[in-house]
Amino acid sequence: MRQPTQLSNACGRLEAAWEVLRQIPDPEVPVISLVELGIVRDLKETAGGFDVVLTPTYSGCPATELIQNDVRAALAAFGEIAITLQRSPAWTTDWISEEGRAKLKAYGIAPPGPAQPEQGKPIRLVRRVSPIQLACPRCGSEDTEKLSAFGSTACKALHRCLACLEPFEHFKPI
Amino acid sequence: MSQQSIKVGDSPAVQYLLRLADSCLVLSQRLGEWCGHGPILEEDLALTNMALDLIGQARGLLTRVCELDGQGHDEDQLAFLRDERQYLNPVLMELPNGPARPGDFAFTVLRNFAVSSWLLLMWERLQSSSDAEVAAIAAKAVKEASYQQQHSADWVVRLGDGSDESKARMNAALSQLWPYFNELFVDDAVDAAAVASGLGPAWSELKPAWAAAIDEILSEAVLPQPKPSAFVSNGRCGVHSEHMGHMLAEMQYLQRAYPGGAW
Repeated sequence: MRQPTQLSNACGRLEAAWEVLRQIPDPEVPVISLVELGIVRDLKETAGGFDVVLTPTYSGCPATELIQNDVRAALAAFGEIAITLQRSPAWTTDWISEEGRAKLKAYGIAPPGPAQPEQGKPIRLVRRVSPIQLACPRCGSEDTEKLSAFGSTACKALHRCLACLEPFEHFKPI
Repeated sequence: MSQQSIKVGDSPAVQYLLRLADSCLVLSQRLGEWCGHGPILEEDLALTNMALDLIGQARGLLTRVCELDGQGHDEDQLAFLRDERQYLNPVLMELPNGPARPGDFAFTVLRNFAVSSWLLLMWERLQSSSDAEVAAIAAKAVKEASYQQQHSADWVVRLGDGSDESKARMNAALSQLWPYFNELFVDDAVDAAAVASGLGPAWSELKPAWAAAIDEILSEAVLPQPKPSAFVSNGRCGVHSEHMGHMLAEMQYLQRAYPGGAW
């Protein structure tokens, strides 16, 4: 039977590893951490270290390999680090934490609204002024328009505020 | 020294998944040709982002194909070391973007609309595949295909119901592409096996919903549908157009000339 002190050491080790993960910035949106982004799905202790379960954001996200390397490097002190890529359930922006959303907004990126299920969704013809009014992360005005459906990374689109005239990025809900 | 070509096995599951994987990979390569040449910056970003989604989907499927094929190949070897006849994408995917580089934007957006509508239906169905890995790839890809369909449908309508020039270009693109759509809905023994094992739908099953999406957007775009064509291409069985070899020569050059080269 495990002694209480050993148990608390084990818990401390797991918590310490989580703490390290919480400090790893997303390589493309460095203002939030991998944990806040919701892509660290699980952290399991193994005989020699940890198994980190990650889920990709987009199928073609070029940062996937970089993220794995960052995780391995950050946790190296904890022993052998295995990484399991788990596709199911598919990542959704609904997994971004409240804290993460607040940080995105403060950074000038409009956080995603709730994801809508795609199945059976009719094709809607997109108007230049977006049907869902998106608030400008700088001045808060809802008088905004979409400039580009795709942006600097797979997860974002580009918008512009018509009140303060600043462009801003929107983290697309998926 | 050049690299030896490889072949995959002929199990129906491998062939079924390769048809889809190669569709994503080959269209991704064509969209990538627009990089730095988009008619406007926003569309340059859009076309290359779509290419990125497609290559991610292809990677997942190719990796699964390698596991099922059991010859110890990896996704890169499948992409770079197969010869033309071993590629199983419908010919639609490999057609050049236009007569000259980088291509015709009308042709590109119309093909993107047709293919993303097809892929969206395919991914929706594959979410309930008996192969858990394929189902997981599909659950992610369905969101990406939906966004691509929205974006390309918007352009089809803007250009089709636009200026005289844009309308003429869309009509020309439609008549060029029309005969190549047939191949997306032809079944053979590979489909029958996929239906029997629960791996995925027979391609013909997707036709009614696809045709409805095409009808909707073409009528919104005020573009008349060409007459039905009897031509059926056969890329999904490895018989390609004259364009495929040239495309692969460019795509595979580095791995063939510098085996195993990486950055």
